[in-house]
Amino acid sequence: MQSGTDQAIGIDGTRQPKGPGVAKGLLKMRETGLIAIILLLVVVMSFASPYFLTWVNIRTVIMAFAVEGIVVVGMTILLISGGIDLSVGSVTALAMVIGGWLFLAGFDPWIASAIAIGCCTAVGAFMGFFVTKIGLHHFIVSLAVMVIARGICLLGTGGRPLGLYTLPPEFKFIGQGSLGPVPVVILTFIVIVVIFDILLRRTTMFRKVFYTGSNERAAAYSGIRTKRVIFATTTLCSTLCGVAGVIYMARFGSAQPTFGIGMELNVIAAAVIGGASLNGGTGTIFGAILGAALLSLVSSSLALLDVSVYWQDIIRGSILLAAVTIDLFLNKRRG
Amino acid sequence: MTDVVLKLSGIHKSFGSVQALRGVDLTMRRGEIHALAGENGAGKSTLMNVIDGILAPDRGTISWEGREVTIGSPTEAQKLGIGLVHQEIALCPDVSVAENILMAQMNMSRRLFVDYAALEARAAEVLGQLADIDPRQRAGDLSISNQQLVEIAKALTLDCKVLILDEPTAALTDKEAQILFGIMRRLADRGIAIIYISHRMAEIFDNCDRVTVFRDGRHISTMQVSEIEPQDVVKAMVGRVIDDLYPDKADAPGSDVVLDVRNLSEATRFRDVSFHLKRREVLGIAGLIGAGRSEIAKGICRIEGDITGEVWLNGKPLKLRDYGESIDAGMVYLSEDRKGSGLFLDMSIAENISALDLSRIARRGGRIDARKEHARARELGQRLGLKYGRLSDPVSSLSGGNQQKVAIAKMLSVDPALIFLDEPTRGVDVGAKAEIHRILRDLAQSGVGIVVISSELPELIGLCDRILVIREGRVGGEVTGNEMTEEAIMSLASGVAFEGAAQ
Repeated sequence: MQSGTDQAIGIDGTRQPKGPGVAKGLLKMRETGLIAIILLLVVVMSFASPYFLTWVNIRTVIMAFAVEGIVVVGMTILLISGGIDLSVGSVTALAMVIGGWLFLAGFDPWIASAIAIGCCTAVGAFMGFFVTKIGLHHFIVSLAVMVIARGICLLGTGGRPLGLYTLPPEFKFIGQGSLGPVPVVILTFIVIVVIFDILLRRTTMFRKVFYTGSNERAAAYSGIRTKRVIFATTTLCSTLCGVAGVIYMARFGSAQPTFGIGMELNVIAAAVIGGASLNGGTGTIFGAILGAALLSLVSSSLALLDVSVYWQDIIRGSILLAAVTIDLFLNKRRG
Repeated sequence: MTDVVLKLSGIHKSFGSVQALRGVDLTMRRGEIHALAGENGAGKSTLMNVIDGILAPDRGTISWEGREVTIGSPTEAQKLGIGLVHQEIALCPDVSVAENILMAQMNMSRRLFVDYAALEARAAEVLGQLADIDPRQRAGDLSISNQQLVEIAKALTLDCKVLILDEPTAALTDKEAQILFGIMRRLADRGIAIIYISHRMAEIFDNCDRVTVFRDGRHISTMQVSEIEPQDVVKAMVGRVIDDLYPDKADAPGSDVVLDVRNLSEATRFRDVSFHLKRREVLGIAGLIGAGRSEIAKGICRIEGDITGEVWLNGKPLKLRDYGESIDAGMVYLSEDRKGSGLFLDMSIAENISALDLSRIARRGGRIDARKEHARARELGQRLGLKYGRLSDPVSSLSGGNQQKVAIAKMLSVDPALIFLDEPTRGVDVGAKAEIHRILRDLAQSGVGIVVISSELPELIGLCDRILVIREGRVGGEVTGNEMTEEAIMSLASGVAFEGAAQ
């Protein structure tokens, strides 16, 4: 060990150890730890309940977080750029309500959905404007929009759910259908996750998101138009809320103005458990989805074990605290 | 011995696989000013953090006034009587100067309400010895050098027996530094032992009693300053003799002009600035802090400020709208504030180096080619003699000198036509400094335009072929060849004729 240290410091750039480093890097990664915890939980639960490792249950667990997972993608990217969005639940409900209302007014459901998603994008752009041009903090702007969007939902529906019984089956398919044994919702979710995970890891466009979140001034001093980046990530997050809202509409066959209350906490918790930092600059989509999966898995396990619903919130909150604390500890040790 | 206040023996400290300290000793006597020298990464800051209770040593003993102690936290260090002024400024920008200075006392006070009048009076008293700073001002509104003085004032209010100053003059002007040395001497006469960390030989030899040199985490020697020469310290620091801190100058600059700036003005910061830079020439920009040196460079690169006037680069007029376009045109700016706006500390070395122009490491469709990115970073790292473990390590894991090399590599990654370097060797040790100077000269020789902004006059004189002096936002004058003396530059910078300005 002692001889190894002399090599580690002060080595010349030409000699780079490669092989063992990769394995070590993998061990350090947040994702590896989360997968280990999830696998451990799965093993324990498969002993505790024979029902656990059935396809029906696995599908239920994934379905439980798949649509919300789309919002997690948007939130993670926004967190990496240094922002945050508390309005995701309200904006998702807004997409449902606008889509449902337009459909009832006689629009084709696909066109109604496209307009609904467009409205959510506009809401995101509205927030982006207040953050980048006026200079308000994301937290405040999205808090205000959270309340306003919820208000619009309630105003537009009189507070009652809109029944959309006449939605055509080909539209309902995106929320309720299956291709083989796999629900379309899960497929959509996987496609979105994979696309954004690759974009985020591999493209110059999204690399700028990391630079901006890591040090906005240094990014500006690197010629990056940081305000545009922040505007774009803010807008993207709301757009993905719109997509999620439309899928929920197809899945439930109704538009619920009170849907998604408290969603922001779940979504932020998932992203943070998955390694995103509220200070910006770090995070991965894959990690955030593992975070969402872990939260969902814990909920379903507790349900299978007949634990009171009230305990679930306490346990989920504790997981969030534990994840962040462990991460802080590891970072300090490294540091 | 009764006059020994603090004695450290055999201190070991490692971070993971890196051994920062390998059994170092340090003895502090009452009333001495003890310089601690060593290249970046030699272990000076680590040892200071051990003394201040921020880090716990792996092995070794600390004794305080003859009694063995363990220092578990900065608060415990303060209670013993140890004050530390960090190299980095760590003020609370949103509260007043007075509250910053007396934070520790407020922290320990058991009173419910704060007596602001008394607070300000005390702060004013301490500050009065240092500089003309209003204690009611918001700390964040102060210039960097004034913030540094507030940091020092903060330590002075603690009733300490050992005061540690970690490169306190890095952000100060010569005059402010002289005032600080006067204060240090008075404190030492009162029996306080001062540990003074610095790279600057002149400061050590003019002001310190003893000097201890570290290298690679080891104690190399402790010497009586009066008995040695600066070369002895430099030799101990680098383990070899550095004959030339500055490379040879260009024989004759080329006839073609790289940069031509005509009548450049900005609303408030500078007016009617005209200058040019010839091929193979290194141009220096001197001036007092606040004269507008950095602002001119940032204005030309369109980083901040709305400018009027003309900028010609390699014979073509530039019409730039933002810094992104300046980078595309081949004109880049190295920030003086490495940590605040130069680097992404938590991101990897490779990611930092490629930040200026991602299209260079991308394949079609904007996909990042990780292999290309690493190859580019490795090549530039080699060219600059960068010392690192892995390219995927965060920049924060590097020493100051190597961080600066990453920042320079970032500039070079776009094959620039012209680089403005703002304080390129601030907080960089002697060895790395000489290397950076050589790199800049080589770049100029190869045809890249080099403009260096620096507060260190010896650096400008040693490195540059010509020096432009800025005074209050205007060109105060220009010196070249043998006219480049500290006196000449200072008189142009301040508008006052100096006689024997050094004292």
